[in-house]
Amino acid sequence: MSPTNGLTIAVPRGALFTETVDMLAGLGLDTAELRVNDRKLLFKEIGVITMRPSDVPTYVEAGAADLGVTGKDVLLEQAAHGPGKGGRGVYELLDLGYGRCTMVLASKAGPDPAVEALRRLGVMRVATKYPRIASRHLEETGRQAEIVEVKGSVELAPLTGMVEAIVDLTATGTTLRENNLVVREEILVCTARMIANPVAHKLKAAQIDDLLGRLRAA
Amino acid sequence: VIHSIPSGTRDVLPDETREVRAITDALREVFEHHHYGEVYTPALEYESVLARGDMAEAQPAYRVFDETGAALVLRSDMTVPIARVVATRYPTSELPLRFCYLAHCYRGVRPARGQPREMLQAGIELIGSAAPQGTAEALTVLCAALDAVGLEGYRIGFGDASLYPALMASLQVPESSRPLLLDALTHRDFVGLEHELEGIAVSSQARELLLSVPQRRGGPEILSGAPQPAASAVEGMRLVHELLADQVAQRIIFDFGLVRSIGYYTGAVFEVYDPALGTPIGGGGRYDDLLGRFGRSLPAVGFALGVDRLHIALAGEERGTGALLR
Repeated sequence: MSPTNGLTIAVPRGALFTETVDMLAGLGLDTAELRVNDRKLLFKEIGVITMRPSDVPTYVEAGAADLGVTGKDVLLEQAAHGPGKGGRGVYELLDLGYGRCTMVLASKAGPDPAVEALRRLGVMRVATKYPRIASRHLEETGRQAEIVEVKGSVELAPLTGMVEAIVDLTATGTTLRENNLVVREEILVCTARMIANPVAHKLKAAQIDDLLGRLRAA
Repeated sequence: VIHSIPSGTRDVLPDETREVRAITDALREVFEHHHYGEVYTPALEYESVLARGDMAEAQPAYRVFDETGAALVLRSDMTVPIARVVATRYPTSELPLRFCYLAHCYRGVRPARGQPREMLQAGIELIGSAAPQGTAEALTVLCAALDAVGLEGYRIGFGDASLYPALMASLQVPESSRPLLLDALTHRDFVGLEHELEGIAVSSQARELLLSVPQRRGGPEILSGAPQPAASAVEGMRLVHELLADQVAQRIIFDFGLVRSIGYYTGAVFEVYDPALGTPIGGGGRYDDLLGRFGRSLPAVGFALGVDRLHIALAGEERGTGALLR
């Protein structure tokens, strides 16, 4: 049996990649090719598939991978709003601890333009890549907001005056500082999570539990 | 010319219909053979009637108003309409009552593979037969139905909806914390469960049990090692297991963490898994309180299979591909 018990694991490219590969190497998996070949997507011999982090729940939910690693931010953003709607049909099994970053509300340094907009115009405009997390947070704190969804560098939006604030993920705060933005509120802390397909969680219970046990012990 | 249809719905054309018919014919034959009589009920019901079930989790997708202003809902399952039929049309009849159905149901889900908003369900309801006999009968019919359509690799996850609430009660989890823990478990969020448990004033031993017991799943051997607080639910599972024929029993995966999101389940719950599909094909369980809400208090058990999911799994098994088959 392979070090990952014959399971297929969805590994996120990007910020969580190196630590995820290190974790798999720690289990005894041969990760040499995975580290050097960043164009290949399917590593069948070692049971790994690679993709952008926000696609991991999609592949795991469909059963194309038994397990996957993704950020809590991705899981929260993809969970539908409101009670009873559940989230993605995946099991969240383990907090892996790494990839720690904070979802924050930030705006330009100096007097907070979002506060002024709320007071004078009754609504603040907020740019974000996380429209659901942002609107949920603003709703729960009783503020009216117009959410502007952007795909690229969110920091640009308040600098051009398009919005008064942003909701974004930050690890060190460097990018925010460089763009003259300050954190006004911390919304939540996100780390990498191990998720599982619900059917694999039952049909491959022994393999999954053994792997989780070794990860917890490491 | 393209004329669109609502999100999550689709047309079924002759080639597919022929294959679906083969499945539904096989299911009907099994249900009839076990003396389950087929019923039809209206697709539209009064919202006030369906609300006696569990509206929040049933996620009805469509509401309309009739000419008198009454709110109507397209049914989201057949269990609640059949509970209404039993209370209304069979107030004094001899028990047990056995019904089966093949009917379209409607849910406000995010459309995905095998999860349309309009879905054809096939299932049975066994009314007036208590645990463990009734549960064992439902599981037996379930396996006979899956065998008859030719599904080979399926397994039945089998748990008890009362297990975790009993565990929380006997380990003295404060009442106010119980819904949070159950919610984390229902959403299969074991990380969230662990975080919630850290904030609760119980012994570390209790905390360990509350986290590890719902992750136990496997063969009948897990029934003997069950901790005391879960003993009565587990004893119920053991009694059902004793009544099952070998070919049914060998399909069962005992699962102490199995909870279904629908709130009316009171005891045994089950789900059908197949390696050719990444989501459960169907499920069911005991709902011993639901009939009482309609005025005739009777123990009951039933299951529903998603016919489209069954079809996808069958096709996957035939090709040797799909979901976990690789």
